[in-house]
Amino acid sequence: MNWSKYSAPQAFYPLAGRLIPWFSVMAVALMGVGLYMGFFVAPTDFQQGESYRIIFVHVPAAWMSMFLYVVMAIWAGVGMGLNARLSFMMAQAIAPTGAMFTFLALLTGAMWGKPTWGAWWVWDARLTSELILLFQYAGVMLLRTSIDDMRRADRSSAVFSLVGVVNVPIIYYSVQWWNTLHQGASVSMSTGSKMAATMLMAMLIMTVAFWLYSIAVILARVRCIVVERDSLLVWDEKPAVSQEVVEVR
Amino acid sequence: MQWGSASDFFAMGGYGLYVWTSFIATALCMGWEVLALWRRRAAARAEQRAALLGGMDETAT
Repeated sequence: MNWSKYSAPQAFYPLAGRLIPWFSVMAVALMGVGLYMGFFVAPTDFQQGESYRIIFVHVPAAWMSMFLYVVMAIWAGVGMGLNARLSFMMAQAIAPTGAMFTFLALLTGAMWGKPTWGAWWVWDARLTSELILLFQYAGVMLLRTSIDDMRRADRSSAVFSLVGVVNVPIIYYSVQWWNTLHQGASVSMSTGSKMAATMLMAMLIMTVAFWLYSIAVILARVRCIVVERDSLLVWDEKPAVSQEVVEVR
Repeated sequence: MQWGSASDFFAMGGYGLYVWTSFIATALCMGWEVLALWRRRAAARAEQRAALLGGMDETAT
């Protein structure tokens, strides 16, 4: 199969349309399973009581906020390198979802911080660097809307997002590099997990569900962007209308 | 299963406010995003359609 043909918006548009329902259904199903496991199977935490259950949205949201930033920067880089329109559109489509997950990570973090630390917010390295990530997403989106020329807007926001990638490892390792109030990693590649198996399972299922959700909404947004940018787009119209347009021309 | 009753479940061991705010906020954000995309798609398609048909009228007259 020749995948490179899908780098053309005309070919990608219908493919994305066919994929969205699958990702949506799987996301909803896995969220159902993850919530059930999180609330009914996972045991009460011996230290934090029931407040720890915020983990089932907080950690997936925080992971997605960082992961989506990296993916956005990669698409921006590919767009710059190959001068590919669809890559810039992908980068543009990822930013709002990434910003939303960053906001949710901060909000659910505040909801967790109040009962466990006694404060909604502290200027700790983890929290501060995550807040900066939110500003970076806002910067990428504002930069785009502030430039009228589409090609310049694409390239400027691509440079901005590529430079900002340095913050992602800072967020990730902040709990090791600095003495933070935020707890260290509960799941690690080297030492494995410090959580009960069912807690970890529920959290991972929620993470996969958030992942699938992100793919679905990002594909839907790319489709909107394709239509908005190419205002005279014929390929998705009903064949009769397209045929009529072609004949009249 | 650690919940004796429904009110036990909603109380979340005294952390109900924090736990439910987190989950409801997440659900609202996701729901809002999907709705906003739905509307954006409808608007984009309406504009595209108008451009297509408008273009046709111009060439027809």
